[in-house]
Parts: sequence; structure tokens; C-alpha cells
Amino acid sequence: MASQIHFLDIKGKSLLSRDYRGDIDTSAIEKFPLLLLELENTSNSTGSATDDSNYRPFIHHQGVNYVFINHNNLYICALTLKNENIMSIIIFLSKLVEVLTQYFKHLEEESIRDNFVIIYELLDEMMDFGLAQTTDTKILKEYITQDYYKLIRNTPSRVVQPPNAVTNSVSWRKEGIFYKKNEAFLDVIESINMLINANGQVLNSEILGEVKIKSHLSGMPDLRLGLNDKGIFNTNEETGGSTNAKGIEMEDIKFHQCVRLSKFENERIITFIPPDGEFTLMSYRLSSTQFLMKPLIAVNCKTKVHKHSRIEILCSVKASIKKKSTANNVEIVIPIPDDADTPKFVPEYGTVKWIPEKSCIIWKLKTFPGGKSYHMKAELGLPAVDNDDNYILKKPIKVNFSIPYFTTSGIQVRYLRINEPKLQYQSYPWVRYITQSGEDYTIRTK
Amino acid sequence: MSLEKKIRKFLQGPRKGEAFELKNGLVSQYKHERKDAIQRVIQAMTLGKDVSSLFPDVLKNIATYDLEQKKLVYLYLMNYATTHPELCILAVNTFVQDTEDPNPLIRALAIRTMGCIRVQKMIDYMEIPLSRTLQDENPYVRKTAAICVAKLFNLNPQMCIEFGFLDSLKKLISDPNPSVISNVLNALYEINDMYISSNLNKELKLDILVLDYTLIKNLLVCLNECTEWGRLTILKCLNDYDSENSEQANHIVERIIPQLQHINPAIVLSSIKTILKHLVYLQKASQTSILKKLSSPLVSLISNPIPEAQYVGLKNIRIILEKYPNILSKELRVFFVKYSDPLYLKLEKLDIMIRLCNENNFNLLLNELKEYSMEFEPTLISKSIKSIGSIAIKLPTSIIKCVNLIIELIDLKGDELIIDESVGVLTMILRKYPGKNDLITLILPIIANNFSHLSIANPSYSSVIWLLGEYPNYFTNISNLLNEIFEDFNDFGSQLKLNWLNTIVKVNLNSLVKQDFSKLLQETLTEITENEDDVDLRDRAYIYWRLLSSAEQELPKQILLAKLPPIDSSIETYNPVILNDLMSELSTLSSVYGKPSYTFISNQPSSFFKSMDIDELKAQAKQDIIENVKNENLLDFDDDFEENGNASEGASTNSNNLLDELNDLFSNSGSSPASNTSTMKSNTDDILSLFNTLNVTSAPMAQPSQQQSQSSSNNDNKVNNDLLDLF
Repeated sequence: MASQIHFLDIKGKSLLSRDYRGDIDTSAIEKFPLLLLELENTSNSTGSATDDSNYRPFIHHQGVNYVFINHNNLYICALTLKNENIMSIIIFLSKLVEVLTQYFKHLEEESIRDNFVIIYELLDEMMDFGLAQTTDTKILKEYITQDYYKLIRNTPSRVVQPPNAVTNSVSWRKEGIFYKKNEAFLDVIESINMLINANGQVLNSEILGEVKIKSHLSGMPDLRLGLNDKGIFNTNEETGGSTNAKGIEMEDIKFHQCVRLSKFENERIITFIPPDGEFTLMSYRLSSTQFLMKPLIAVNCKTKVHKHSRIEILCSVKASIKKKSTANNVEIVIPIPDDADTPKFVPEYGTVKWIPEKSCIIWKLKTFPGGKSYHMKAELGLPAVDNDDNYILKKPIKVNFSIPYFTTSGIQVRYLRINEPKLQYQSYPWVRYITQSGEDYTIRTK
Repeated sequence: MSLEKKIRKFLQGPRKGEAFELKNGLVSQYKHERKDAIQRVIQAMTLGKDVSSLFPDVLKNIATYDLEQKKLVYLYLMNYATTHPELCILAVNTFVQDTEDPNPLIRALAIRTMGCIRVQKMIDYMEIPLSRTLQDENPYVRKTAAICVAKLFNLNPQMCIEFGFLDSLKKLISDPNPSVISNVLNALYEINDMYISSNLNKELKLDILVLDYTLIKNLLVCLNECTEWGRLTILKCLNDYDSENSEQANHIVERIIPQLQHINPAIVLSSIKTILKHLVYLQKASQTSILKKLSSPLVSLISNPIPEAQYVGLKNIRIILEKYPNILSKELRVFFVKYSDPLYLKLEKLDIMIRLCNENNFNLLLNELKEYSMEFEPTLISKSIKSIGSIAIKLPTSIIKCVNLIIELIDLKGDELIIDESVGVLTMILRKYPGKNDLITLILPIIANNFSHLSIANPSYSSVIWLLGEYPNYFTNISNLLNEIFEDFNDFGSQLKLNWLNTIVKVNLNSLVKQDFSKLLQETLTEITENEDDVDLRDRAYIYWRLLSSAEQELPKQILLAKLPPIDSSIETYNPVILNDLMSELSTLSSVYGKPSYTFISNQPSSFFKSMDIDELKAQAKQDIIENVKNENLLDFDDDFEENGNASEGASTNSNNLLDELNDLFSNSGSSPASNTSTMKSNTDDILSLFNTLNVTSAPMAQPSQQQSQSSSNNDNKVNNDLLDLF
């Protein structure tokens, strides 16, 4: 998969490297900063300096392929000579980032320098001879840790052994877990991404749903999850007959590796042995081809620019959700010109803040009952002298919110059966629903 | 103490003492001091300092029960073993002992590290520990040992075979543990790759990895029990297996389909690839139903949070779309550009969107493109406008809407970039629909009005020159325009000059033009024939001059006013041979480079050229030509106005024919010496371009393009054969 793996700073200087195969000269990575610069410079010749259209996450140079991802001002780069599966390299590198982030909380230059010993150990365990091995943090933490002393003291035989899970078919759960109170918390979280044009028309929308589980269960429990999904329950008379249970057809369902995929494909049943602690059981997507939704939070924003003197913003926001529901922590991020100053805000409700370093104002509404609408007026001064007459604000307005006890798609958990064949304990499943804004709930400005 | 001194002391002081201090620490009588010193040695190593001189002292610490310390010493050994090969033997004893340790973690660690010490002497001691660990009771040790066989093969293939490790590895393929199986497969794949690229005696044929259906059936069972990385290896195997009948193919496809739901996009993409490979064995009806199932997994590739993975997804979607154009026909909205996307993703999404555009959704897409054209990234703007043109050329019904949109864009924000791109796109549209009166009267006034914003540096400047020659009677102020352009003639590059020459000749020949431009023509011809350095250009001017002064009245018109055949599409496509190669290499590096692996991967990177035999050279040269023709093609899309469309015509419509001809040509030239291939290649290219130009200029009017291509390639063929005879 990869011959070498390197951690590099933003300029391409190597921070930590591991050579797995010795088939690529060590000097190859020294060329990386130059190549990176070249990537950026070739685009400069076409026009603007900020344009990085030639940037690609891979470089081919003198027979060596550099594949890299960018994370927190770091480059994590894999080198290979062969025509390898680039998708798996990129996913491996991102898993590496994920694991290290879980180990050190933040993966950045400093944490790499401070933890080089453990990074080497992890690199060795996650990849051997350039072949990916174990990338599950929970399992890795079983036998690789920063605190060896504690690990050895807590291990019965005083000898740290590789957990069976590394090679078992259930490679995500160790044996002998015990809880006094057996509980499973189920969160159904739907993130809404929406692209709305200036006239309030929805151009594109999608629901990215996730079912997250926090399991505090003893032994090796076998779980079975029932949802009101049409694709899963089309044979179920009960749901088919009742009128109020809305059947949903989910697209593009992805499961955690613990779910028995073939069982789902053949019998449409979600069964699994959960990992211990928190994990994402499944994710799904509902796209606008299925139903084009109205905006949940509709924003209408009028901006009036008086050149050389001020800019006026008149913004109204409406929550088009059920009267019973309430949206929490609504934030409307309105972009303003970089050089605007002296803000004056008149919100009908909530607070408005000016964030000059991000060139935006944020209108915060702590709670927002369904069906209500609010207005806000803002006025900012503009410098009298300017050299850039382009006041067209192309940056879209972004909205953040979360609505508890509500799923947009109408998905519901019908049951979660927990069965541990040996221990036969009582267990308590809990379910929560949340709808929230996704990364891209944006409204375009004119 | 002055600051300077302080700094100097800070810089010099520790440097001198550091090695000494470390050395002392390493031989300290206290355990914790030794461990601390080792850690600092590794730290220095990480920072790129050379600490190889401490090798003997570090080695003394190898015998320890502290797992962490052991790992650190092993790590040091792996890095610096090659600097002190003779001392490595001192470590052998510990390694061999460790492979008998009761703790599997230590057994695996020892065998893993032994394989990584790339010292020949070490290999002699590997036999016993390796064969022992290959039969270890713990699967974690077995899978590590399996990989170690590949490491050994890398160091010394002969020994690996003689000691029978290869055979024991092959036996391990029926291991009960899925993670061992997947690593055995990995190791066999590695060995296979090394064997192919090595100088081993190929007569001694090694069947390293034989994929038969019994094995495949086993792997299919394994697929659901493996870790995600193991699944990838198994999918690779399944992809390499050629199913013998539709029943087998069906079975394989059915077993892979559940994997489309895996969270790891690499598995999703590999599954798609493998399904597509086996799909051809199935019946038409089941093919379409399976293709339908692939659309939402494909889309899921671009909802991944990692932009780099999205990019790879998009690149692969682009290839799959070319093979199966209807697979995503309803999914246009998913590809809408997000404001927060990195630029390289935005451009790639645009590329996919124009491919998905059809009669039903082009209105939606045009609205989006309008938004993108108002963004601030110049590359995005120019690509958006080009995309509008591509839609107009792809869908005749959309054309008025597209042209109106471009006009609107010029009105809204008519800066140089937008005008430049718009003029280029409008010219392309006219080339697709030549002679449509309403279109011409709609487009040409806009171009004439905005011409003053363009300068010689803009690519579309030459488009305007070409249009002046093609539709002179539609420009009301043609004489002003021509005079204005001619003023800058001395600043033109040779392409622009050629373009201008063609235009001015055409304007003079066109009977619809009432004004007389013979003075400009005379000045141009004199200027070029007397002062021009470019031989081609000068020759062209001479030819025109003679043609114009011949007694024949109609012949020059027939030749010079010949209409170009309309362009088909401005969306780039792959050559079918290359497309097939790319389809078989989906999700690999070649999918993102957009070229088959043999063009950029060498089996032996160090001694690439020495070892290549004539066949390989031929293949490479052939590939170069393919690439060149392709490149020319790409260039032509942008530049063909500059050449007055003449040269591009041949190349863009006939590239396939040309390639076929070239292929024939190479089969004839098997005996040509290797060193000549490259010179021949460049000759061929020159001649190709030359013939294309000449051929078109001298072709009689209204000759179908098919015939033209035929004759041009025949000519090429002849000349090339002549060239070959020369060698």
C-alpha cells in the first residue's frame, strides 16, 4: 500500500517518518516541499495568486507517487512506487489521523513532537511492510498506550498481550466486559444540508442521518435494531397497515463494520455485536430527489450598500417547523465586507455579535419556537476611501441550529433488542432524536 | 554575558556534549537512565540527526523485559542496521530468543523486526524463527510471520524459495483465521510483484498466486469476517479472478453487493470496481438492475467528509460515467458545488455535471453555472463559462438559453476574464452550428461590441480574427476592426500571424464583402514573405500568393473558403482503448492521473532503461504517441481558432484513425533499432501536423471530412514507412 509514511509541517518539512520497505530513497521526501511549491506555482502563471486550481492531493515525480492529505496545517504523506489503490491509501491516512487524534486529542506539530515514541509504535502496529493492519482505536488502546506502567499493573498476568480481537472475526470488541447496570443509549441525529438561493428557493437539500450508540453492556451482547424504514420493513404488516407511521426509504445506508452486512442484504434485519462505548452504528442519506424540502429555518436578508459610507442589513428569519417543536441555539452568520466597522444592531430578539476577524456578524437566538419569525436590523460603517469597488458579497449566509425530539425524515426506532446468550441480563435501551444543521446549510446572497 | 555569547553557547554547548551524554546514559548502571537515553536517541533520530555512531551502545540494551524499551531498541535497529551490518549479529540471539517468548506480542514483534533489518547476514539466522512462527498457535503471530515471508523474498528470493517458505505461505492460505488469510494474500501479491520485476530466472516458473474457483469461494465466505483492510485485499483477488461462466459471476456479484454498504469508501469503490468487472458475464436484464444499485454507493463517495477522498471518488465517477453514461442520470443536484469545497473539487464537480446534463435538467444546471460564473476564483469562472458552451454544443435545444445567459453575464459583470471566455465559447457555438443566420446575428454584434476589451494576450483574440474571416459580411464596422488589428501585427506570435493571414485572404476572396481590402492583403503578404522568420508561415504566404495570382478564378475560393466540419462535442473523452484500461484500474493511482498504469509505473525504477527490451520500448513509444495525439487534441480545443481551425480539424476528428494507423505502423517496424524510436516519434509528430495543415488547405471544397482523414492518414503512413526505411 505504501512504502513510506511521513508527517510534514505546512511547508513540507518532515516531522516524523517511517520507512516500511526501503525501496524508495530517503531523499525522495526532501523534494516534497519543492514539489508542493511547484503545484501552487504552476497555477500562478494562469492568473491570480490566490488561485490554487492545480492543487491535487497527489504528485508523481521521478517514478515516486506522493499521496497526501491535509489536516490541521499538517501533511500526512504516503509514498509508493506501484499503481496502488489510492482510495485505500487516502482512507488509511485519514484513519491514522483519526487514531492519533483519539490518542492525543489534537493532532498538530507539537503533539507529534511530544509523542514520537507512541506514534512509532502505532505506525508499526497499523501497518506492516506497507500493508494496513489494525486501525481501530479501541483495540489499539488495549495494548498500546502512553502509560505502560498502568497497563502492566492492571493486566492480570502482568504481561501485555495482543488482544484476541486483533485477529478475531469480531475485531472490535474484547471479551469479559462487565457493567453493573446494562444500558444502551441510542441517538438518531439528522444533519440537514440545504442550499437556498436568494429568493428562498431550495436548490439542493439532503439529510445526512446517523444512528449513534453508546453501549454500556456486559459480555458479548447480540443486538437487533428495528426501524420504520420501508426498505427494511416492507413485509411488516403492522407498519404497512397503520396510517400514522410514515414509511421512509433511506438511500445509501452505510453500516459500522460490526453489522452483519449479508444478513441485512438478505433478510433486511440489522443485527450486530456492538463495540464497547460510543460508535456510529449506521449512517444514511436522503437526497432531494426523494423529496425537496422547504427550508426549516428560512432567512431573508436584504443588504443595501451605500458606497463609502455604510451598509444596511435587514434580516428576517422564520422557523417553518411544527408549533410544538423548538429550535435551539440558532445562529445566523451573515458575511459583511472586510473593512466594515462601527456596527449598530437592532435585533427584535436574541443577540448580535460582530466578528471582524471572520468578516461576519452572528445573530444568536437561544430558543426559537416553531412558526415564529423575527427581524433584525444592522448597520455598519464603510471606509470613505477604498480601492476595491467590488462589494458584491458572494459569501453565503450560514445557519446553525438544532431541534431536539424531532427527525426531519420521520425515521423512528421501533425496538432495540439486546440479547446476551450467556449472561441473560436485563438491559435498558434509551432513544433520543435530534435534527441539526449540517456543514452546509447555506443561503446564497444576491 | 552578552546576548550573542549566550546564543553561541546555547548553540554550541549541548552539541558537543550531546553524543557524549547519550553515550553515558546508554551505558549507565541505572535502568531508568538507560531507558531515558534510548528515548532521547530516538528523538534525535526523528529530528533527522545521525545517531548511528551510538549503535554498539544502543545494542547493549536489547536484552530487556521492558516492552517499551525493547520496541525502541528495535526501532533504532531497523533504522541503522545497514550502517553497522557486522554488529547486527550480536542482536540475533535476542531475536531468536524473543520468537520463543510466551507472550505472542513479543514473538510477533521479534519476527516483524527481523524482517525489517535489511542486512544480508541477518537472513541466515531467519530460517528457524520464521518457520516456527509461521506455525505459531496465535493468529497474530502467524499473520506477522506471513508478511515476513514477503520481506524475506524482498531481501533474498532464492533463499526464500529454497527453504520452502513460499510453499508454507501458500499452505497458510487455508488458515482458519480470516485476518491470517488476508495477510497471506497480501504477502503473495507482494511476492508476485517482486518476482515479475526481478531478474530471477523466469524459466523456473513460480505459480505464486493461482486463483481458482475453490479459493474464490473460500474468500467469498471470508469477506464478511475480515477487517476492512482484509476485505480490500480479498476484493482485489476477486477482481483479478476471471469468472468462467455467468453462474460464477452472479455468485460473486451477489456476495459483493452487501459490501456496498460498508462505511469505508475504499471498500465501496473496490466493490463497485469488482462488480463492474464481473458484470459483463451477466445477462442484460440483471446487468441493468445491478447498475441501478450502484448509483447511490457512487454518490456516497462524494458525501465523505475528507475532500481528498471525494476527489478520488469524482475522478472514478468520471471514468465510470464514460463507460456507463446513464448510471447517475438523476443525481445532478448532488454534484452542485458547495461554497466551502476546495477549488480542485469544484472544478472536478463541474466536469461531472456537464456530463450528466440532459434535456430535462439543463435549465437547473444553467442557473447553477450562472452562480459559479459570479464567484471570485478565476479558474472556476472560466471553467463555468466553458461549461455553458459545452451544454450548448451537447444539447441543441439549450442553445438560445445558453447564449442569452452568456450575454447576461457580460452585462452583469463584464470584466476581461468573462469577456475573453465568453467570446471563446460563442465562437465554439458558431463552429458547432455554422451558417445558422439567427444565431450569427445574435452572437456577432456582441463580439464586435466587446472586442475593444480584448488584447493580444487573450486567447479569444484570435477567435475574433477567425470570425472576421468566416463571417465578414456580418460585421458592420469590419474595415475599422481589420485596420485596428493590423496595427498590432508586429506584436503577434506566429499562430496569430497565421490566423490573420488566413483571415485577410478569406476576406478578400469573399464576394459578399463589398469593401476592398487588397491593400491590407498586399501589406500582409509582403510583410510575411520578406520579414518573417517562421518558415511555415512564410511558405504559407508564398502558396497563397501564387494561388491568388493564378489565372483560375474559382480554385482559390474553393480551397480557401472551404467550410470547416462542425465540431461534435467540447467534452473531453478517452480513447476507447485507454478507457478500457482505466476501467480495469479503477480506484488506483491511474484513475486520478487519468492514464493507464503502464505509462507511469516502471517495474524497475532504478534501472528502468537498461532492462527494457525492444517490445517494451515499442509499447512505450506507442504510448507516447498516443499521449501526444491526445495532448494535441486537448490543446486544439483551446487553440484551434488561432490556427484558423485548419490544423485542428484533422487532428480532432481523426485521432482514432491515426492511432490505429500508428499501431499498424509499429507492428511493421519491429526490427527498428530502439534508439531510433524516439527520433521517429518526433518526426511523426511533425509530419502529422504538417500533413494535416497542408491536406486541409489543399483539399477541394466540401469534401466530406471522412475522406479527408482517410487521405491524411494514408499520407502519414507512407511517409512514416519511408522514414522507417531510412533507419
